[in-house]
Amino acid sequence: MSEEIELMKGNEAIAQAAIRCGCDGYFGYPITPQSEILETLMAEQPWKTTGMVVMQVESEIAAINMVYGGAGCGKKVMTSSSSPGISLKQEGISYIAGAELPCLVVNVMRGGPGLGTIQPSQSDYFQAVKGGGHGDYNMIVLAPASVQEMADFTVLGFDLAFNYLNPVMILADGVIGQMMEKIVLPPFSPRKTAEEIKKLYPWATYGKSKDRKPNVISSLEIDSVEMEQRNLKFQRKFQLMEENEIRYEEFETTDAEYILVAFGSTARICQKSVEIAREQGIKLGLIRPITLWPFPTPILYQYTSKVKHFFSIEMNAGQMVEDIRLAVNGKAKVDFYGRLGGIVPSPIEVVEFVKSKIA
Amino acid sequence: MAKIKGAVVVDTERCKGCNLCVVACPTNVLALATQVNSKGYNYSYMEQENACVGCSTCAFVCPDACITVYKVKLDK
Amino acid sequence: MSQTNSSINEIIKPENLVYKKPSVLNDNPMHYCPGCSHGVVHKLLAEIIGEMDIQEDVIGIAPVGCAVFAYKYLDIDFQQAAHGRAPALATAIKRLMPEKYVFTYQGDGDLAAIGTSETIHACNRGENIVIIYINNGIYGMTGGQMAPTTIEGMKSSTCPFGRDISLNGYPLNITDLLVRLEGTRYVTRQSVHTSAAVRKTKKAIQKAFVYSMEGKGTSIVEIVSTCNSGWKMTPEGANDWMVENMFPVYSIGDLKDI
Repeated sequence: MSEEIELMKGNEAIAQAAIRCGCDGYFGYPITPQSEILETLMAEQPWKTTGMVVMQVESEIAAINMVYGGAGCGKKVMTSSSSPGISLKQEGISYIAGAELPCLVVNVMRGGPGLGTIQPSQSDYFQAVKGGGHGDYNMIVLAPASVQEMADFTVLGFDLAFNYLNPVMILADGVIGQMMEKIVLPPFSPRKTAEEIKKLYPWATYGKSKDRKPNVISSLEIDSVEMEQRNLKFQRKFQLMEENEIRYEEFETTDAEYILVAFGSTARICQKSVEIAREQGIKLGLIRPITLWPFPTPILYQYTSKVKHFFSIEMNAGQMVEDIRLAVNGKAKVDFYGRLGGIVPSPIEVVEFVKSKIA
Repeated sequence: MAKIKGAVVVDTERCKGCNLCVVACPTNVLALATQVNSKGYNYSYMEQENACVGCSTCAFVCPDACITVYKVKLDK
Repeated sequence: MSQTNSSINEIIKPENLVYKKPSVLNDNPMHYCPGCSHGVVHKLLAEIIGEMDIQEDVIGIAPVGCAVFAYKYLDIDFQQAAHGRAPALATAIKRLMPEKYVFTYQGDGDLAAIGTSETIHACNRGENIVIIYINNGIYGMTGGQMAPTTIEGMKSSTCPFGRDISLNGYPLNITDLLVRLEGTRYVTRQSVHTSAAVRKTKKAIQKAFVYSMEGKGTSIVEIVSTCNSGWKMTPEGANDWMVENMFPVYSIGDLKDI
């Protein structure tokens, strides 16, 4: 099959990739800057082709709970929203983690707190990687930096969710959601049949067959001894994710004396900053965490043997910088530069900041 | 004329002694025992065995599904 | 044990069996208080699922509230929902697997307070699900607090002097509200305090299950129930109180059947 290059928005790429990867259901509620995901799905009418269910529902709360219901049946289901809507979904995400269900949640971040702004932001980093909902749980958080990655991570996100039976989040920002780029969409793969689901996901509630006990999807366990065991099992799962799922990208790091750490659209800006700095004779490099959880902690730590100064560049008041400080564990200096409220930093201002700190 | 006779068997361990079957029975067959089961409930039992007509009223209203009902037509 | 006389032993034979615990209801002792209406409704669900032979094709949704453990007693696939969200789960399950019977089992706090939005919108979309709604006018699980359905003057731990309309607002008759929605097909209000009422409720639930496969909208079976522990009454006293005080507010019978 020949690869077809198309031009589209990041949000549209998520919708198209979902249809193509055999997604069974999308449940959502409009909110800027991600409404194109729902709009694209509604325009594509995948229920006529792949059989995928798409629903605009009454609230973000209903949507995430529909995801819980669908995931409990072994179906490949997702929802998407932006910051205030993601806050509303947190209870549901916690339940999904507690019931060990696979699903994909997309957050195309806008500025907060509160209703904030519709402009891009990265201020939901803490919410995404430190829990968000109640209880001890983690989820793999993928941070795309291009429209291509919006599509790729939709496919990857579902795979990871089903591998670990855990929610996965795509943490994009308004820039990536709204900008148009050329992309190659993933190939079509069919939705799983009822028979395949029975075989692959014997825990799912598709109706109790005679040869087994009832399947129950629940996050509830009154017995604290049992609940501790359940939590320890979750922790082992999260440890496996930390061991196996760290993803990151390096740019000009081999000879770097200083390293920028940035994710999502900010990483693209910082790539330009690295180029500008190098033209000025500053050996600057960039590490882009692709998984914000698990964070590339061991990678950053390894770099402390030769790099003594890291810079966290974020569109928030300083959130990922805490994880960088934990990663370097006092072996290197860490400075933070951020813009707030929907302002996107320019490559030059990042370089100027670095220069002010190394002078 | 055929006479209808009934009998009920109470799962005394399952019974919580709520008394709903006792008050529901139209022929006053049931009563709560003075003895208790392992959970401490005074379970229901057939006090007036001969009065039972096997109508199942007690079983219908029993919240814990502890009552099994039997019925026969006796020719006389 | 009392001595069983010989004529009784003649009657207690398999061929004379007329009623027994339905097999879909398992042997786990139910955690409900003695005399609680939940047990009767669980039993009816088990009977209907068994008689309709749909054990392999039914998915239940348990709420948050006293019935949170419904899945421990009915031998069918179950999902346990976040508080009030059962109709959202049911919507997705039914849409993704239209060939399955999907029902929610919810109390008044779950359905008519925190889950009002999910209830109304699922019904308004006409989701082809069954909603079993237990209305006992109180929060049983958390120890007897005021519910949206607590009737005027009724005491609870959070309205210890009785529900005061000026302070707490009116009891919410959500089922009457659901009748008005285009998406609902069958709306009925029943009870389980007498054997006749139990029989009627069974017919209503059975009809709701059949309707849920006909693609014509949502079926809601409200069961006006007692919570004798929460009401601080005996089980039979609670039944009498319900007939006298709840039925005038929540009238029994079919409200919509199209």
